[in-house]
Amino acid sequence: MIPTSFEYVRAGSMREALAAIAGAEGVKVIAGGHSLLPVMKFRLAQPARLIDISRIAELKGITPRGKGARIGAGVTYREILESEILQERFPILHEVTHTIGDLQVRNRGTIGGSLAHADPASDMPSVMLALDATINLRSKRGKRAVRAREFFKGAFVTELAEDELITDIIVPSLPPGAGTSYTSFEQAASGYAIVGASAVIARKRGTISHAVLALNGVGEMAFLVPGADSLVGARGEAAELDRVAGGAADGIEITGDIHAPADYRRHLTAVIARRALDTALQRAR
Amino acid sequence: MKRSVILNVNRIARTVEVEPRSLLVHVLRDDLNLTGTHIGCDTSQCGACTVLIDGQAVKSCTQLAVQVEGMDITTIEGLAPSGALHPMQNAFWEKHGLQCGFCTPGMIMTAVDFLGSNPDPTDDEIRHAIEGNYCRCTGYQNIVLAIRTAAEVMRAQSAAGQPTSEPAGESTQRSPLPAAEPAGAGV
Ligand SMILES: Cc1cc2nc3c(=O)[nH]c(=O)nc-3n(C[C@H](O)[C@H](O)[C@H](O)COP(=O)(O)OP(=O)(O)OC[C@H]3O[C@@H](n4cnc5c(N)ncnc54)[C@H](O)[C@@H]3O)c2cc1C
Ligand code: FES
Ligand code: FES
Repeated sequence: MIPTSFEYVRAGSMREALAAIAGAEGVKVIAGGHSLLPVMKFRLAQPARLIDISRIAELKGITPRGKGARIGAGVTYREILESEILQERFPILHEVTHTIGDLQVRNRGTIGGSLAHADPASDMPSVMLALDATINLRSKRGKRAVRAREFFKGAFVTELAEDELITDIIVPSLPPGAGTSYTSFEQAASGYAIVGASAVIARKRGTISHAVLALNGVGEMAFLVPGADSLVGARGEAAELDRVAGGAADGIEITGDIHAPADYRRHLTAVIARRALDTALQRAR
Repeated sequence: MKRSVILNVNRIARTVEVEPRSLLVHVLRDDLNLTGTHIGCDTSQCGACTVLIDGQAVKSCTQLAVQVEGMDITTIEGLAPSGALHPMQNAFWEKHGLQCGFCTPGMIMTAVDFLGSNPDPTDDEIRHAIEGNYCRCTGYQNIVLAIRTAAEVMRAQSAAGQPTSEPAGESTQRSPLPAAEPAGAGV
């Protein structure tokens, strides 16, 4: 399998890349290529021009930002795993990345590519929701910052305009002592999540002071579970966690496919959400 | 339209005429005659096509040749430039880490990258590292054993200050890759 013919341009800088995608037809950017090339090989995408952004220095690097972090869109999963700052401040990023694809995929796939691709089954989006990350976008027209919570619009659909690139992701600091967990039930062959859950919980003197739960794989896009708020002020007893996990997919149209019919996914959602909440709570100090 | 691209394959700069859509695995096999890199699935799943790019394992069926222009590419042939086997190859041989051998080149390249960042892994870590490499013959047991054995050998060699593979020399590099071959030699 080989893709259809296209023209290839390697962008040396952000400016070059933004100029190349502004107002042009049939143009696609390629970072690691680990979502785009498989789709092009199946000829489901047939871009006329590919702009390679993988060597643009501005898209690289992981740096501290206050008590949070800035992650360049071109940072690979491997670089996330090797980052001490992230390991220390956001162990959930380490935990999720470990589950993505395999060693080879993690060497090439980038966080920006994953968010832009917005595969409903991909692991990273729910973590971005749970951490309340901000995704910075740039085009020739200017810059804008979009919260992850407003970024995902549907299956493979995001807030990104045709002439925009993701430049970096800003992850704000967590509440002190917060526990986090990414828990997933994977499709055995691909490693993609059938259901994935990201939880962040903090407590003060035994009472929950912060609780966020986000899911991926369940419906057409990753989403925040509104009911998780109701845990604030609770003590985190089993019945409370059961109630939030059990209602986590309420109002969501649940996906059914060859890997998991909708009924089974609904069941898994409650189980996986419950485990994520439990683990985050146990990890909270 | 074809364009001229320089690829550093097994430490030799090779000029190839490729279309932008040419996959790295096809260029390696068809243009450079390096047929040790296999194609199993062609859909990024099986890992038979794994090569090292700047020391990192990558599925070469999911990479355009133009993307890796100027980068260092190591194929299975590059692990044993003078014919003396790399400790990983030796361990697969000694521990029967293969049957038909189709998955072996990819398995070995992944394992070499993995040991570079984790020289003393547990069996669980080894299994996680090779999850992108399918073997339809062995049942993986002896592959894990081979990688564990290679890790022991390579740790011992690096403690003794020896290079991990031929050509033997005064190289003190700790990289799991063999020392450089004289330019222009080989293939
Ligand atoms: C075998 C295999 C297994 C996988 N398993 C998993 C898994 O378990 N979980 C999971 O979540 N994912 C999985 N993936 C997908 C992988 O995580 C994504 O391919 C990867 O993260 C996408 O990044 P990339 O750099 O390869 O993007 P590319 O393929 O280069 O690009 C993907 C899309 O994003 C766009 N894009 C890329 N960068 C930017 C940017 N900076 N700004 C704007 N648009 C951009 C491209 O135009 C394209 O549309 C798997 C992939 C493979 C091949
Ligand atoms: S041939 Fe590349 S992963 Fe199977
Ligand atoms: S030895 Fe035959 S596929 Fe692994």
